[in-house]
Amino acid sequence: MTTPLPKAGSVNRRGVLLGGAAVGAAVLTGMPNKLYAATPQKGGLLRVAVAQGGSSDTLDPTTFSGSQQIFIGWTLRNNLTEIGSDGALKPELAESWSSDDAQTWVFNLRKGVEFHNGKSLTADDVIASLNMHRGEDSKSGAKSLLASVESIVSEGEHAVKITLTGKNADFPFILSDYHFNICPENPDGSVDVSGTGTGGYILEEFNPGVRTRVRRNPNYWKANSAHFDEGEIILINDPTAATNALVTGAVHAIESSEYKTLALLGRRPNIQVESVPGGFHGTFAMNSAAAPFNNNDLRLAMKYAIDRQAIVDTVLKGHGVVANDHPVSPSMPYHDASIEQRAYDPDKAKFHLKKAGHDSLTMQLSVSDGLYAGATDAVTLYREHAGPSGLDIQVVREPGDGYWSDVWMKKPLFSGSWGPRPVPDMILTTAYASSADWNEGAFSNARFDELLLAARGELDEAKRGEMYGEMQRILSDEGGSIIPFFRSYVYGRNTSIAHSGQLGSDWPLDGHRAMERWWTA
Amino acid sequence: MHAVLKMVVQRVALGVLTLLVVSALVFISVEFLPGDVAEQILGQSATPETLAALRDQLGLNTPPVERYFDWLGGILQGDFGQSVISQRPITELLAQRLGNTLSLALLATLISVPLAVGLGILAALKRNTWVDRTINIGTLTAISFPEYFVAYGLILVFSVKLGWFPSISIVSGTVTFAERIHLTLLPSLTLTMIVTAHMMRMTRASIINLLALPYVEMARLKGASQRRVVVVHALPNAIAPIVNVIALNIAYMIAGVVIVEVVFVYPGLGQLLVDSVAKRDVTVVQAACLIFASAFIIFNLVADVISIVSNPRLLHRK
Repeated sequence: MTTPLPKAGSVNRRGVLLGGAAVGAAVLTGMPNKLYAATPQKGGLLRVAVAQGGSSDTLDPTTFSGSQQIFIGWTLRNNLTEIGSDGALKPELAESWSSDDAQTWVFNLRKGVEFHNGKSLTADDVIASLNMHRGEDSKSGAKSLLASVESIVSEGEHAVKITLTGKNADFPFILSDYHFNICPENPDGSVDVSGTGTGGYILEEFNPGVRTRVRRNPNYWKANSAHFDEGEIILINDPTAATNALVTGAVHAIESSEYKTLALLGRRPNIQVESVPGGFHGTFAMNSAAAPFNNNDLRLAMKYAIDRQAIVDTVLKGHGVVANDHPVSPSMPYHDASIEQRAYDPDKAKFHLKKAGHDSLTMQLSVSDGLYAGATDAVTLYREHAGPSGLDIQVVREPGDGYWSDVWMKKPLFSGSWGPRPVPDMILTTAYASSADWNEGAFSNARFDELLLAARGELDEAKRGEMYGEMQRILSDEGGSIIPFFRSYVYGRNTSIAHSGQLGSDWPLDGHRAMERWWTA
Repeated sequence: MHAVLKMVVQRVALGVLTLLVVSALVFISVEFLPGDVAEQILGQSATPETLAALRDQLGLNTPPVERYFDWLGGILQGDFGQSVISQRPITELLAQRLGNTLSLALLATLISVPLAVGLGILAALKRNTWVDRTINIGTLTAISFPEYFVAYGLILVFSVKLGWFPSISIVSGTVTFAERIHLTLLPSLTLTMIVTAHMMRMTRASIINLLALPYVEMARLKGASQRRVVVVHALPNAIAPIVNVIALNIAYMIAGVVIVEVVFVYPGLGQLLVDSVAKRDVTVVQAACLIFASAFIIFNLVADVISIVSNPRLLHRK
């Protein structure tokens, strides 16, 4: 059975396509909290430590990549659509949207919204902000997300019509991506990426790599949001320094906690460790287009030879769930729970290895600790698990520096990591379609490609669910990536800061929107 | 004084040459690192097209040699240029960071130099007593621990347990002088513990050396007190070696404090350098390295001048 979309009212063909009908992912609840404040109150200061970024970071959304940029982006600006704390897609600057055929989309903009500089939001700002990521000379990391966009035109001052080259029922989800911040258009047609936005906070000081200060936008359009008078975003790359800062009260929340010290951290009376199940996953990708991994029996041997639960327990200290070699996590819509979980089975691994024509096989698996905390530990464990089946996996530690350009998708067997996506299509199209730029397992399956295209435009929920179920099965049985786990987001918060009790699972720090969602207790 | 001036001019010229070599070496090293700026910026989300577009925009398609000489031309006109990535002027980027690094080094110097010289003299005076041994063991233990261990130890005691000082030292333009001292005291103490032993040992050794010389014996024979013998007769002659060690240590406190800066999240030049190397922001890397190299050159020069002035014999060496 495929898990259908949760019923939000009645989800039918029309409901799915009409904006505001909460097309949602599964509801995720954070761990029990030590402190609840029922009603948010205004005032105070939130000081947050983020972990990724540097002094060369800018506020140009086309260059966004790390948490410093993503967090500041959503502190200052809004998107057209937003993934809510509950995982559902919500209207943000687009107050509603509709499409009859999933190919032509009309987004109706909220009226009366003003940028921090007093300029009113119009369709032109939206078009300019999206077009930054498109076109021949675009250097945007999100260029491929909008590759299927044929045209973006205004329909009056407060509506934008986006035409796609093919059907995509998930298109509104794509616009919630952190790259698609809406910025004001300059009179000369360029986009003002200095930090002026429509968001809940106004930029006071931008000192990337050190500290960014903001103050509340008194004119914020979003009701019951942006409660702090002031905010500070501090970059702390070093996890120990971040933990120290949280413990000594120098910051109120930190993006990442080291798994090794989590249990101790949570014992402190004024600190709450949040653990939010999500879709972040590590992969071990095999180049299935070339020998030896072009033999599916070998790929299966590799998949049976890993003890997933041991990795979740040891490397993630339990902050995650086992995965089944496909990237659709249990918290995503269309996750197919009926697919049998592949267990650790050295005998089956041996059997498939033999069938692939090997008694034993030595290979090198590249990894870098820069991928996620514990990546090298995971590979080392895998080596231990696989040994008894005759698979000799040699651990190759690569420098984090240059990993994406020199190791990832360059070696026959390597580790990767993927952030969560709100819907299956986004990750499947990005990393598993045979034509995808980042098809890390060099996976090519005609049936899969056909299903992917059909499911993208399919408006019948049941049929769509079946198609995604079949795709998950194909990847699990034949895919080029071993996916051992889905990791939870784990981060620390001082209990003097409160939140609704429900935390966004798309990113840490409540979907990187803590500045507008949290308040002083 | 003429000879001193001549030496200064010579040394400055040599220094400039050294800086030129340093800049070329740094440029070449960054070119050799795997991955270029565009690949570092785009990371996992790079595609061949976006890489090409970004390289074009950042001007990476011109040959490296040409880029180097462009940059060099700018430097000769006093223009450090812009960050390759953020396009912010480097002078602006460096000014604040350099100020922070210098203020940290200054505070650490003000604490460590008197401390080390004082302890060195004391150890020389009380040679081979328990005072001497305690000072030696104490300072050598401090220098033997890695910097981050000393730093975490201080954080544990003064920040987590006692709560007297913050564990992170984020200074910005708006902090007052007193706040700055409060914020930078722990990193300064860390640096102090690391550099003290070196300077203390040199002071102790130089003075002990001198105490064995005939002129010191003469001073003793004429009835000078031990304190007077050491401070008035021996110390002035020990200045040259001590100043050299102090200069090296100050230069180290400017250029070598990356780890301390990372542990205390202190926005100094070291953090900026690490950041920029990771992103292959070569113009910033070069500017920072030039500053570090200049620090060594300048402090060595100052130490030499002080040594020579303090010992006229060095002026007339043939």
